[in-house]
Parts: sequence; structure tokens; C-alpha cells
Amino acid sequence: MHKTIDEYGKVEEKETALVEKEEKSPSMKQKLTASFIRVDGKDAKLAMAHMYVAFIALLLGGLAGLLQVLVRSGEFTLPLGIKIGYYQVLTVHGILLALILTTFFIMGFQIASISRTAGAFTNVQRKIGWTGFWLMLVGTAAAAAMVLLNKATVLYTFYAPLKAHWIFYLGLALVVVGSWLLCIMQILKYYRWKKENKGQTSPLLTYMAVVNSILWITCSLGVAVEVLFQLLPWSLGLVERVDILLSRTLFWYFGHALVYFWLLPAYMAWYVVVPKVIGGHIFSDALARLSFILFLLFSFPVGIHHQLTEPGIEGFWKFVQVVLTFFVVIPSLMTAFSLFATFEMRGRELGGKGVLGWFKNLPWGDARFLVPFIGMVAFIPGGAGGIVNASYQMNQLVHNTIWVTGHFHLTVATAVALTFFGVAFWLIPHLTGRTLTPKLNYLGNVSGILWGIGMLIMSLSMHLAGLLGAPRRSEYSTYGGAEMAYDWIPYQIAQAVGGTILFIAILVIMYIVVQLIWFAPKGEEEFPVATVAPGAEKTPAILENFKIWGVILVALIVFAYTMPIIDIISNSPAGSKGFMPW
Amino acid sequence: MHIHKYEKWWLVFGCATLVAFLVILAIGAFHNGTHPNEGKITVDYENVDSIKPFDNPGVHKVEGKEWDYEVVLVASAFSYNPNEIEVPLGSVVKFYATTRDVIHGFEIAQTNINMMLEPGYVSEYVAEMNKAGEYLIVCNEYCGTGHTYMYGTLKVVDENAQNN
Repeated sequence: MHKTIDEYGKVEEKETALVEKEEKSPSMKQKLTASFIRVDGKDAKLAMAHMYVAFIALLLGGLAGLLQVLVRSGEFTLPLGIKIGYYQVLTVHGILLALILTTFFIMGFQIASISRTAGAFTNVQRKIGWTGFWLMLVGTAAAAAMVLLNKATVLYTFYAPLKAHWIFYLGLALVVVGSWLLCIMQILKYYRWKKENKGQTSPLLTYMAVVNSILWITCSLGVAVEVLFQLLPWSLGLVERVDILLSRTLFWYFGHALVYFWLLPAYMAWYVVVPKVIGGHIFSDALARLSFILFLLFSFPVGIHHQLTEPGIEGFWKFVQVVLTFFVVIPSLMTAFSLFATFEMRGRELGGKGVLGWFKNLPWGDARFLVPFIGMVAFIPGGAGGIVNASYQMNQLVHNTIWVTGHFHLTVATAVALTFFGVAFWLIPHLTGRTLTPKLNYLGNVSGILWGIGMLIMSLSMHLAGLLGAPRRSEYSTYGGAEMAYDWIPYQIAQAVGGTILFIAILVIMYIVVQLIWFAPKGEEEFPVATVAPGAEKTPAILENFKIWGVILVALIVFAYTMPIIDIISNSPAGSKGFMPW
Repeated sequence: MHIHKYEKWWLVFGCATLVAFLVILAIGAFHNGTHPNEGKITVDYENVDSIKPFDNPGVHKVEGKEWDYEVVLVASAFSYNPNEIEVPLGSVVKFYATTRDVIHGFEIAQTNINMMLEPGYVSEYVAEMNKAGEYLIVCNEYCGTGHTYMYGTLKVVDENAQNN
């Protein structure tokens, strides 16, 4: 602690700041006095490699987002110098933020989490990991080059029969294969730990990372089949036609589980990290594991709820998947309960009285808590909107309107993103051997609050415009002066205001991240990992029996998809040739 | 595995709400027949112009069916044919729509008429025109550079009001 302050050269000022902070947040005191278990240096290097890519993606993807909201407000056009179109910018935005930022951050975070809680990876495992990282990076560069050359303006969902250059698909395939290697690295480590610690319950963070790795491999199989067996041969000219509905169904088998792949690492932070940050305990180890297993199971037999308004899929099977979709309500309610129980217990421990008095005792000044907390709050309307989207008939009112964009900017782009930033604020200094100073902590809070305000404005106006019919993924247009389209314009201007605030938040975050990587004072930053409350019951061993869960998972997938896929293949029209209408 | 008493209540309450909610959706779908588009007819998308009914796009009055009008529509990058649809207030209309090229959307803004149009498939939907007005039809699936130039109009005309 003192060393940190010495390096600053402003001893008195900093000490006051720290004392204030200690009063506000008792956990800060522990943080500054304890010595911590650190992530192994070699593992830290691998994790950090992912962080660099993730945050470069954030900056560029965020810039693309800013351009989009400005153009769609109708008040701006892309400068003539930029020979790049709206949909190209949109493709960049979607790919960099939804696929690259998320995948790289998640892999980095999970590797660090496993190394921290189950010990260092072996050299072989680490080699597998580095191979995966480079494959993902090469793949990203290849796909990005094609997008920038305007050979792949197909958005991040790349729906056929829009046909991109084959290098684009190959790049995506490399990203997926690279991510598999990273997942295999994590799963290998987990089994080694189990072998070395027979009969013991695995560390919770490691377990959660492994569940998410299994989820990712299982879901990306769908998109891998689509890309490797359908789109790649088709774009290479080896086959002339592609089965459109099949490709979409494979995509959405992947695409919905993808959102849980984003969400579960945020839940890792919510269940295990945040309780430690506030000085509390894990509410229940067993329930946390159970909720992860339920998310794994109910991520898959549900993808068709993205295809409710499509021809060629029987209403009955759409409805079956709608019902299965709603099963995730159960682990979601469990999570909400656990989190607020942890908060309340800690708040009361600190002397909070009355029904809600405990609330003000939480460490509101600590960015590691406040920033993810804003994300949690956004997840409540995000989840509610999701219920509307998945509700079969109700989907027709909002499908492909900008309501949907508003929805996932609350879920992935706020709940998940803010949690990731809240994690980065301690994870990056932990990995680089620096510290989150009070000033950077303060800026972290500023970025979280800016994000919250910007997103409130942008997402709310997206939801409202969507209810009025405004389509998503569309350039500014007056639609021939139609009265209905005229009503959308004020909301589009509001989106530009919100989007601009969000971009400012991104700049603040980039400043913090750069500081934490290269300039913040050297020291030890804690990787917070909460433990279960004393006297908690032992976690049932069945939760670690992946054979059983694997069988149930496969059974659910087979049940939900066999009939629809047979229908699609046996009733399919002649496939489609490719189009490049951009 | 220990589950806290309040958590049990919370989960029971949550699950009961969920079941009630799903039952309502199911009644709507299977009793009242409010299914979104689930069109099952396939066509050769490269020759739609010569295949019935798409050889004659437009609004057609029909007799002896559960609906009064049929709207036959072909989408292509970047337009709808027909581009303007006019039907009387209170009529029941069946839409048949398909695409000649890439995937398009067929959304009538502020209504629940919203379908994906995919090459090789006929999208179908029956709707009652119970509110007069001029509705904007938009393509809500990205289909290329001219995506936002792809729109049309649905006019639901109150004939009584016009006569008066």
C-alpha cells in the first residue's frame, strides 16, 4: 500500500483518498492489506493477449456504432473521403462487438479465472491455448480485410443467399476453430484438477468456465457446419446452390446459445467476484452450479424462436421451442434471488436496518461493484423485453424492428458489457502487475454512469421506435415521405444522442485500460474470488457429472430439432444461388 | 441441496406465472389460431413470374373462402410488386408473398403483419383490416444497398366514410 502511494509522489493527498474509500467500502481495506493468489505469469500473458484484441475491437466497433447512429439521425452523412457504406459500417460494428470483443474477452477472462482458482496451466495446455489465440487472430484479420474491401457486406449474421468472399467465411471458421482449442485447453485443465483432487468439489469459477466452454463448443458446431459444409463450398464455387432455411436454422441453433455464451461469464462475475468485492460470501455454491447447468441445457433447444415469422417451419415446433425458451426463466430467477440475497446479507452485516436500509451500505464508490451493478439493473428490462420477443404471436409486432436492437443493447451491450468492463478494471492490473488507483476507479464509475445514461436514451428510443414499426439494420430514409416513417425520426435523433454519450464512455474506458496496461503504478491488484458462507452444505457431486448433463443436453437438442430439420430437408425447394447486392 | 424458504416461494411464484403465461400463448395459438407465418408451399424462386399465383401479382377479390381478398406479392431487390395495396375496412385479407432473389422482410408497420420472405418459400398470413388508414410497408431484413428504398403502402379504406 505504502509503496503504491510512494510511487505517486503525492502521499498526503492519496492517503486521504484511500481513507475515504476505506470508509465507504470496507472491502477496500482487505484489498489493500491482504496478499493475493496471483494468476501464473505465463497464463497472465495469454489472458492479456486476448484483452488487447478485445479492447481494440471495442474502440473500432464503438466508432462504427457512433457513425451509424449519426447517419441514421438524418443529420449527418458519412464524409465523402470515407469510401465505405452504411451497411459496411454496420457489418464492422456487429462483427467486432458481438463476435470479436466478446469471444476474446471471454476466453481471456476464463483462462485467468481457471489459472487463479485451479492453478497454472501446463505447458502443453498453454501451447494449445496460444495456437487457438493465433488462429482466432488470423481469422479475425482475414474476415476484417474482406469486410473493409467491401467483399463481405453481409452483416454479422451473414444470411445466405447474400454471398461474401470465401476468405470471409474461412476467417470466421478459423475464429471458431481457434476458440475450440481455447475451450479444450480449459476442459483439459479441469479434468487434470479433478484427477489431482479426487472426490473434491472443483473451484466454482473453474467449473463455471468449463460449463461455458462446453456450451460454446456445442453451439458453435451449428455455425461450423453451416460455414464449412454450406457457405464455404458455395462461395468457392464448388457447389452452385445452398439450402437457405437449413443454413438459417443452423445459424440460430448457434445464435441463441451464443447469447448465453456471452452471459455466463458475466454471471461468473456476478456470482463469485462481486460478492467478494462487497465483502460478502457466495449465497449458495450448489445453486450457482445448478443455474449454470440449467443455462447450458436450455440454451440449445430454443433457436427457432428467432425464426417465428419464417415460412417452412411448422407452427407446432416453433411453439415447442418457445416453451423451452421460457425455461431459462428458472435459472434467471435463481440468479436474481442469489445476487440480491448476497447484497442484502452484506448490507445488513454492515449495520443496514429496515426493509431497504441495507441498500445504502453497499460500496457504491467501488467501480468493481458499481459498474457491473448498473449492468444488472439493465438486465431487468432487458429480460422483460426478451419475453416479448420470444412470445410467439407477440413476436410479429417487433420482429426485425429496431425494438430488437434496443433489447440486445440492454442485455449484451449493457448487462454483459458493463460487467466485462467492471472485470477488466481489476483483471488487467492484476495481470499486468499494476493497480487500479482511486483516480482510475473514479473514472471507471464515470464510464459506467455515462454508459447507463447513454444506453437509457438510446435503448429506450429504439424500443419505442420499434413499437412504431421502425425496422432495424436500415440506413436513414424517409420512405417516400410516409407519415409513419416521419414519426420515427425524433427517436432516431435521440438514438444519436445516446450513442454519442456511449462513445464518450468508450473513450473513458479506453483511457482507463491504457493506463492499467502501461502506466498505472506497479503493485498488487486483487483477483476477487468469494468463498461460500461458513457452515454451508457440501455441493452435490451430481452437478459435476457432465456425462449425465451431456446425455440430457443431447436428448433435448434431438427432441427439439429432429422433426424441424427433417421437415426442412424433405420439403426444401431448390437451393439458392448467391447474390451480392451491395 | 439447501434452498432457502424465501427462494422456494420466489421460484414457485415465478414458475406459476410462467405456466399461466405459456397457457395463454397456447390458447391464443392453438384455440384461436393466431399462428405467425408458417407457409408450407415452395416455389422455384427463379421462375416465380410464370408460376401461379405469382404470375398475377396484385389484390384479388375472392368468393367462397374464409377471406375476402387475396394479396399476391413478389419482392425483389429493391421493390415490392404490387407497391400499393388497397382494401376496404373490415375485410379479411390473405397475403401470399415470396421473393425473387435474396431474403426480404414484409412488415406492415404498427400491425402484426410481419413475415420473412425467403427464396423458394411462400409466406402466408391472414389478417382482418379493422382499422382504417394508410400503413407503411417496409422491408425489415437487410437485402443490400437499396434496402431502405424498399417500401410500399397498404390503404385500408373506410368506404362508408368516403360515400358520406
